[in-house]
Order: sequence, then C-alpha cells, then structure tokens
Amino acid sequence: MTVPPNQPAVSLPASALGSISRLFMMALLGGAVFLGLLIAANALDEPMRIHGYLFAAVGVAGLFLMIKAHYDAVERDALLALTGKSPRDGYNDGVVRAGVIATMFWGIAGFLVGLVIALQLAFPVLNFDLPWTNFGRLRPLHTSAVIFAFGGNALIATSFYVVQRTCRVRLAGDVAPWFVFWGYQFFIVLAATGYLLGITQSKEYAEPEWYVDLWLTVVWVVYLLVFLETIRRRSEPHIYVANWFYLSFIVTVAMLHIVNNLSMPVSFFGSKSYSLFSGVQDALTQWWYGHNAVGFFLTAGFLGMMYYFVPKRAERPVYSYRLSILHFWSLIFMYIWAGPHHLHYTALPDWAQTLGMTFSIMLWMPSWGGMINGLMTLSGAWDKLRTDPVIRFLVTAVAFYGMSTFEGPLMSIKSVNALSHYTDWTIGHVHSGALGWVAYITFGAVYHLVPLLWNRSGLYSMKLVSWHFWIASLGIVLYITAMWVSGIMQGLMWRAFDQLGFLQYSFAETVAAMHPFYVIRAMGGALFLGGALLMVYNLWRTVRDPATALAPSESGAAAPAMA
Amino acid sequence: MKFTHALIEKSAFLLLVFTLIVVAIGGIVEITPLFYLKSTIEKVTGMRPYTPLELAGRNIYVREGCYNCHSQMVRALRDEVERYGHYSLAAESMYDHPFQWGSKRTGPDLARVGGRYSDDWHVAHLGNPRSLVPESIMPGYAFLGRTPLATDDLANHLIANRKVGVPYSDEMIAMAKQDLRAQVDPDGPNADQLLARYPKAQLRNFDGQAALTEMDALVAYLQMLGTLVDFSAYKADENLR
Ligand code: HEC
Ligand code: HEM
Ligand code: HEM
Repeated sequence: MTVPPNQPAVSLPASALGSISRLFMMALLGGAVFLGLLIAANALDEPMRIHGYLFAAVGVAGLFLMIKAHYDAVERDALLALTGKSPRDGYNDGVVRAGVIATMFWGIAGFLVGLVIALQLAFPVLNFDLPWTNFGRLRPLHTSAVIFAFGGNALIATSFYVVQRTCRVRLAGDVAPWFVFWGYQFFIVLAATGYLLGITQSKEYAEPEWYVDLWLTVVWVVYLLVFLETIRRRSEPHIYVANWFYLSFIVTVAMLHIVNNLSMPVSFFGSKSYSLFSGVQDALTQWWYGHNAVGFFLTAGFLGMMYYFVPKRAERPVYSYRLSILHFWSLIFMYIWAGPHHLHYTALPDWAQTLGMTFSIMLWMPSWGGMINGLMTLSGAWDKLRTDPVIRFLVTAVAFYGMSTFEGPLMSIKSVNALSHYTDWTIGHVHSGALGWVAYITFGAVYHLVPLLWNRSGLYSMKLVSWHFWIASLGIVLYITAMWVSGIMQGLMWRAFDQLGFLQYSFAETVAAMHPFYVIRAMGGALFLGGALLMVYNLWRTVRDPATALAPSESGAAAPAMA
Repeated sequence: MKFTHALIEKSAFLLLVFTLIVVAIGGIVEITPLFYLKSTIEKVTGMRPYTPLELAGRNIYVREGCYNCHSQMVRALRDEVERYGHYSLAAESMYDHPFQWGSKRTGPDLARVGGRYSDDWHVAHLGNPRSLVPESIMPGYAFLGRTPLATDDLANHLIANRKVGVPYSDEMIAMAKQDLRAQVDPDGPNADQLLARYPKAQLRNFDGQAALTEMDALVAYLQMLGTLVDFSAYKADENLR
C-alpha cells in the first residue's frame, strides 16, 4: 500500500461504531460550547471568563473537526470497499505524527521559558515588574511546559507508536486517540494561560486549578482506555515490557492526580479552590504526588521508551528479561514510599522521614537495574555509538538516568539533605535527570521516529544530529556543574558560623554569591535550547527535503503488514 | 516466578490490577496515620483561622507564586533556628489549604517574618526590592499597590474553607466583609469585634494609601506570619514528633 506522505496510513472507517462515537463526541462538544458560554457569562473572575470563552471556542472548533471527520470517513469507506481492506488494517500513525510535532513545539517553548527564568535569576530587571512576566508566574509555566507538554506529548506519542508495534494491532478507536491528543493540548493551553493570569493551586507540578484538573482526568481516563483496549486486541501472546512501564505510568499518574488535587471550589463560576488537606497532611500528599510525578511520569514512562527504542536502534534484544521483571515490580513498589525525602527535618513526624529515606536508598537498586538492562542491551553493538549519533543520545540518556538515580538516594540521606534541601543542588539534580535523561531519551526516540513516520529514507543530516548532541551536552555540563557548585556553596554559607558563634553571612550576601553561577547556568540553557533548534531544523528538512524521499517501491516497507 | 509472571504478562487486566495494588500500598501506610497522630493534629494555643484580609493576602501570595522562591518551614537545625526563629510546628500550618512550605529558598524563609520589618519597609521592598537590598533578585510587585482588592465573594471563600475543615463560625462568615474593612481602619467602630473574633489580629492601614489595595492584604498576611503561637509558653516535649 502506498501512502502519500502527510496522510494517515489508513483512513478513519465509517463503521457503525465510528459514526456512533462521532455522534457522541459531537453531543459532548455541543455540551462543552454551552458550558463554556454559561461559565463565561457568570464568571466571578476575569481569568475564569477568559477560560469559559476558550472552552466554548474549542468546542466549536471540535464540532467542525468532527463534521470534517465524518465526510472524510464516508469517502475513505468507499475506497476501502473498493480495495477490500478492513478499517482495522494498518497502524494509526497520524496521531503519532501529531504527537511528535507537539513534542518538539512544546519542547522549544518550555526550554525558552526555562532560559527566560534562568536569566531573570541572573538579571532581575528581566521580570519587568509586570504581573504576567514575573518569575513566580513563569516558573510553573516552565515546569509544566517541559514536564507535561514536552514530556507528556513525547510519552503519549511514543506509547501510541510502541503499543501498536509490540502488540501488532491498530490503535483502538478512531476518535478516541485524537480526543486524547487534542484534549491534552487543550489541557496544556488552559494550564499555561492560567499561570500567566495568576491561576494556581501552588502545589508544585499540580498547579492547575480544579476545572483544569477535571478536564485532565477525563482525557487521562480515555487515554487509559485506548491503551488497555489496544493491548487487549493484541495479536502477540505476551505483553511487551515497554507496555508494562507505559501502563503503570498511566494508571499511577491517574491515582496521584486525583488524590492530590481533591479540593473545594469557592464557586462553580470561579477559578479559586481550597485544597481538601491542610498543613502536614497536605505536604505529604503533595510530595507523595510530587515524587511520583518524577517516578512515574519522568521515570517509568520514559523507561517504557527506553525498552523499545534502545533495543530497536541497537538491533539487539533486551539484555535480561528476568531483570526487567524484577526491576519493574520493585521500582513501582518502592517509588511510592519515597515522598517524605522532600520533607526532611520539617514538621513531618520522624518515622515518616526515616521511612522515606530508607526506601529512597533502596530505590537505587531497581533504578540501576533498569540502567544496566538498558546499557547492556548494547553489548556487542558498542561500535554503533561511534557511527550513529541517534544511539548516542539514547545511551547517554541511560547513563544520565544512572547518575541522577545515584545522586537522588544520596540526597535522601537526612544529613546530606540538611545541606542540599532548599538550595540549587536540588535544581542541579532535577536538570541532570530532566535534561540528561528525559530530554535525551526523547530526542533519540524522535530522531528515530521521524523518518519512519514520514516515510523518509533517513534523517536529513546525521552531522547535525552530532552537532546537536555535543552542543546540548556542553549545555548540560555547564548547567549542572554550576548548580552543584552554587548549591553546595549556598548550603555551606547558610550554616557557617564565625568564631563568636554568630551566623557568618547575611542572606543577601549568599544571594550575591550566586550571581556568576546563575549566568553560567543561563549560558548552559542557551546551548541546550540552541541544540534543540538545530534538531527542529533537521527534522523539518527531513520531512520536506526531496533528498530524503523514498522511492515508491521502498516506501512499501514502512507500511504495516497486517493483512 | 517465571510461571506466575507469565500469567500477568498475558493479561492486560491482571497487569493493571497488580500494578494498582503495588502502587497503592506505600501511600496508604505513610499518609493515613497523619490524620490520627497526636503530633500532627494537635492544636497549639494561639492558632486561629486567618482574618478575611489575611486570607485575601495569602491568596495573592499564592497567585504571584512567592512560594517558588520562599519557604515557610523552619527546619529543626541550629543555623535555621538562629536565622529565622523557633522551628516550625505542624500546628502552625493547620489552617493552610494548601500548605506553603515551599521547596526552594531563593529568598529567605518567611515562616516568621511577621513583625520583623515595618509596613513601610514591606511596601517599599515589594514595590522595588533593590531599592532596599541592592543584591536582591526578587521581582518587583508595585502593581499590587495599584490594584484594588476584590472583596465581593469573600464570604464564599470562608465558606469553602469551612467545608474543608477550617473552623470559621457563622458569625465570621456573615461579618467577613465588615471584618475586612475593620482591619484597615483601626479607629473604626468595628475594630473590637474583629479582635474578639480573631485574637492578635493587627489593625492598620498597611499600605499607607486611602484605597484598599492588594498591597494592604499581602502586607497584612506577611505581618502575621509566625506571630500567633507564643513560644515562651510552648512546651516542646508535650509535642514530640
Ligand atoms: C525570584 C525569587 C523571588 C520571588 C518570586 C519572590 N521573592 Fe521575596 N525575596 C527574594 C530574595 C532573593 C530575597 C532576599 C533579598 C531581599 O531582601 O530582597 C527576598 C526577600 C523577601 C522578603 C524579606 C525577608 C527577610 O527576612 O529579609 C520578603 C518579606 C519577601 N521577599 C516577600 C516576597 C513576597 C510576598 C513575594 C511574592 C509576592 C516574593 N517575596 C517573591 C526572592 C524572591
Ligand atoms: C533550556 C533548558 C532549561 C533551562 C535553562 C531551565 C531552567 C530552569 C530554572 C532557571 C529553574 C528554576 C530554578 C530555581 O527556582 O532556582 C528551573 C526549574 C525546573 N526545571 Fe528547568 N530548565 C530547562 C529545561 C528543563 C527540562 C527539559 C525539564 C524537564 C523535563 C526541566 C524541569 C524543571 C523542573 C522540574 C524545575 C523545578 C525544580 C524544583 O522545583 O526543584 N527543566 N529550570
Ligand atoms: C532513585 C531515584 C531518585 C531519588 C531517590 C531522588 C531523590 C531526590 C531528593 C532527595 C530530592 C530533593 C528533595 C528536597 O530536598 O527538596 C529530589 C528532588 C527532585 N528530583 Fe529526584 N531523585 C531520584 C531520581 C530522579 C530522577 C530520575 C528525576 C528526573 C527528572 C528526578 C527529579 C527530581 C525533581 C524534579 C526534584 C525537585 C522536586 C522539587 O523540590 O520541586 N529525580 N530527588
């Protein structure tokens, strides 16, 4: 089957089920338009009014899309009838392509905001002293943009790709995967505009308010259903390891999200809500959530990515199957207990702190189990590191994963945390995981995917990939070494006493001492962003350049053989 | 192991259920006791719900993301106690929905900043931090002094807080708007009522302007932080962690 580029490999079928789900969606969207207008008309605060209109506008856009989808489906059904194929033939790659584009778009946006806030810390005039440009509002914009928009889209896109390949079946549903995609983008837009307008719950990585949380819950449940149903329809006897990790990521994030966001809205027409929990209980619930946002969003999900793309790119089987079983179950069990390491020496009871510390240290083992399984998969193929810069991204990512999961347990030790907590050391740790692991494994996967998804013979330029790798790596090194030095220095200055037993430094002196490191960090961030821009250019040329186009006979190989 | 695991590997349903069980355990064991233990639910003398003005200020603190740079949790470590004051007690954030302990100290801890500076200092500092502390990297918030404080649905905020467990009485809710005005009008007729409902409340025109602005609310909030518990009367061993 030859498919023109930029077209879904297989059309939306107008099977009865398809029509029903489209009708159902249209009813829902109609409801959304009504609800949005209702909220906008009665809104108690300006941001809520804006979001009400946004909701209605998205509903209208969705209605148009559904009508278009209906006519497309009728047309393609006629085509299918001619060729005698079933609508369930072939893979649904359209939604994966959209996900890859969204990943890169939000990635650039998130890195850019990261660079802006890094510069604000070095040069505070850049806050411009306006409500919507100050650091306090932009920082959550950065964290959400990189974790949920960049990371989340990468996870959704790759999980949709991987689950189809490893189950050898088309993604379940026709409307549903697209609902997940667009619904998730809408969640991002609501959250991001909300931060700028001053809507936040102030819980780190869970800042969006109650109505945005509800929306995400709906999208997430559909995501879970699509994923589960695809696995259920599989034509392979076993569920592949990567899918265990993706599934655990989806379910656990659902659990964490719902519990941590329980809250009481002031009014149905207002954006503000008050968290159900308070004080200590709220703190532990938040860090139970927060640490496992790390554990399941930034770790388990991306391990799923590792388990597919590393073996695929290295053309080697996973190193040890038993190890993957062992480290999967121990990882997901232990992660949940580690939250209290964010609350050492606080008003949280001691026993909880000790428990959190113990599990965090134990967590080192399953984490390195995963790293070893990833790295050893390359045994016998190490020479590829020299020839293939894409695999260099993947392998370096796994190495950074190993590094930050060694540093993490170290920082969980109470006496170490006494120094590191509240300082830039945490920021250094975060970004060695975030830039080195999360972003690198994503870059590797996207470089691998784009030629396959767009039916190209290969990437436009391997040399540019190599440049990207070295520029970004230099950026990471600058970033994390600057933060280690400034973090440890800051921690030591805060606790320094002079001979008379007085505190040696005022707080303002410690702030001044950080300046050079903030400048170096911003330079690192600029390099990282520069590398990512090279990547976007390279991918753009890959998709557009005639040089990478496949001859018609070759392109058949990329189409799924699912008859 | 291999045999049993093969079963899970072949059933999406089993995989889902086992995963859910495995990830539920840790949270249940660690979080549930916090709702019952003496040290985490005990009330300490002096703690009271926020006045309407303080609550409005707290909401501005949240909205502007001050928690991204400031913690409100003095850890039980020598240098912190020296720098910021008595370590924070669980009870001190018992009415905080949500908590504001923070995770990063780009600026100093604020758990006990109340009373440390004058109102004028805060207004000038918030307006332009570098005018007072040249090394500061804190953003300026002069716009707060130009933004009138929204007071329309204040009572609803108290009601929402009551629904999640803050002991606001019917009277406090009914009088929310009056109490808000009374706090910036120390010589007004309703000052005594406010003080009766919210002991230790500080009554002043916080931002020095005639209009009631967001600056008033934020400074009122900052000035009450850490001032409610009287530590000369507090016995730590009765409140063992
Ligand atoms: C970019 C990080 C940042 C943000 C955001 C920020 N601050 Fe600060 N803040 C600082 C720094 C750094 C200092 C120390 C230097 C100084 O006094 O200006 C400070 C100092 C302070 C002080 C003086 C504390 C003391 O004990 O000396 C107060 C009060 C304060 N900030 C309140 C706020 C409030 C209220 C907000 C939110 C509206 C806020 N800050 C937002 C960084 C920040
Ligand atoms: C160009 C690249 C980046 C730059 C310049 C950058 C910069 C920053 C800065 C300045 C902060 C605030 C630190 C502080 O408050 O002191 C921050 C926080 C954070 N960033 Fe980034 N960042 C980048 C990329 C990323 C990526 C790719 C991720 C995740 C995938 C990420 C995740 C986070 C997180 C989770 C925090 C909050 C840390 C905490 O609260 O402890 N960042 N970043
Ligand atoms: C075994 C694994 C790990 C352990 C035990 C661990 C431990 C820790 C500890 C002790 C802190 C400091 C908490 C504090 O003092 O406030 C922390 C912060 C953090 N870690 Fe890890 N870490 C691990 C792996 C990772 C990985 C792989 C990432 C991926 C990106 C990551 C992301 C973060 C983030 C975002 C924070 C900042 C949270 C905040 O304060 O906002 N961690 N971690």
